[in-house]
Amino acid sequence: MTGGSTTGDDGANAPSSGPQESRAPWPLWEVFVRSSRGLSHVHAGSLHAPDAAMAVRNARDLYTRRNEGVSLWVVPAAAIVTSDPDAKDRFFESPQGKDYRHATYYTKSEGVKHL
Amino acid sequence: MSESSASATRITPGNALRPEDIALLDVKPGDAVAEYALCLGDDALILAQRLGWWISRAPELEEDVALANIALDQIGHARSFLTYAGRAWGRTEDDLAYFRREPEFRSVHLVEQPNGDFARTIARQFVVALYQWELYSRLVESDDPTIAAIAAKAVKEVDYHRDHSVQWVLRLALGTDESRRRMVDGLRLTWPYVDELFADFPLIDALGGAGVRPSTLRAPFDAAVQKVLVEAELEVPAVPGAVGGGRLGRHSEHLGYILAELQVLAREHPGASW
Repeated sequence: MTGGSTTGDDGANAPSSGPQESRAPWPLWEVFVRSSRGLSHVHAGSLHAPDAAMAVRNARDLYTRRNEGVSLWVVPAAAIVTSDPDAKDRFFESPQGKDYRHATYYTKSEGVKHL
Repeated sequence: MSESSASATRITPGNALRPEDIALLDVKPGDAVAEYALCLGDDALILAQRLGWWISRAPELEEDVALANIALDQIGHARSFLTYAGRAWGRTEDDLAYFRREPEFRSVHLVEQPNGDFARTIARQFVVALYQWELYSRLVESDDPTIAAIAAKAVKEVDYHRDHSVQWVLRLALGTDESRRRMVDGLRLTWPYVDELFADFPLIDALGGAGVRPSTLRAPFDAAVQKVLVEAELEVPAVPGAVGGGRLGRHSEHLGYILAELQVLAREHPGASW
C-alpha cells in the first residue's frame, strides 16, 4: 500500500520495517475435502503451513469458505508417492483394447431380466 | 433460500439468522437493548476494520485469508447487531456504521488499538476472542430472542477465532527468541485494555436478562487465559490498566482515523452501491 493507510500500523512495529530475516518457507500440504457424508474426500488443492495442526486450520480457511466441506484431510506433499509421468506408456496403456474388462462389453443373454 | 440450497456447489446459508432477516422482524428492541446491541456491534465493526488492514500484508498467504475470514465473521456480527439496534430508531445498519460521529461509537478501546506486528495483532485477537467467547456463550440465553439468535451464530465463529489465536500464541511464544520477544511485547501492549472489557457500565442495570454483566465474565476469562499462558510459558503482563470509557463514547485518538477510512466512501458518495 502506498500513500499510507491511516488505520494500520503505528510504524514502529511495521512488519516490513525491521531487518528481513531469511527463513525457510513453510512446507507444502495437500488438502482433501469431503463435501458431505457418504462421499469420499477429494483433492482440493494445496497450501503452506508450519505444522500439521496449522495445516488443517489453513485448509479450513482456504478450502471451506463457501460451505464446501464437512471433513478435511491434510497430507504432507512430500509424503505422497506419485506415478512417474515418463512411465505413462507402461503404466497406463495396457488396459486399452481390453474392452472385455467392462461390463458393457457383454451382450445380455436372452432370458435374463432386470439387468 | 431454497434456490441456493439446490446449488451444485452447496452454497447454503444454513439456518443462521441473517441481518436481512433481522431488518424484516416485527419486533423492535427497547432503547436499552438497542444501546447494548450498538456496543457489541461497534466492537465487532471496529475490530473488523482493523483486521482488514492485514489483507495482502500478512506474513503468509494462508494467514492473510485466515485473518480476512475472522474480519468477515466480525462484520457479520456487526451487521446483525447494528441492524437490530437500528430497528429501535428507524435507522439501517449503514446509517449507523457510516453516519455516526466518533463520540457516538460505543466500542471498547481494545479493538481500536493498532495492529502493530503480527504478534501484537495475535495478542489482541487472543484477548478479544476469549472475551467474546465467554460473552456469546452466555448471551445465547439472553431474554431477548434476537440477541440470543445473533449470539448463537457468533459463538461458533468466535470459537474458531479463539482456537486460531491460541495456536499462534503458543507457536510465537515457544518458537524462536525473536518470535517470543514479539509475543511478550504484544501482550504487554494489549493488556492495559483488558480491564475495560469487564467494567460494568450504567446501561447494564437497565438490561435485565437481555444482556450479560461484564464483571461476571472476568473469572472464566482469567481462567481461560491462564491455561494458555501456562502452556506458552508466559505470564499475564504486570501493567496498569488504561483509562476506558469507550462504552460512553470516549475514545483514544485511534478511532477517528479508523472511522475516516471506514466512512469516507459512504460520505463522499451517499447512497452509492457497488
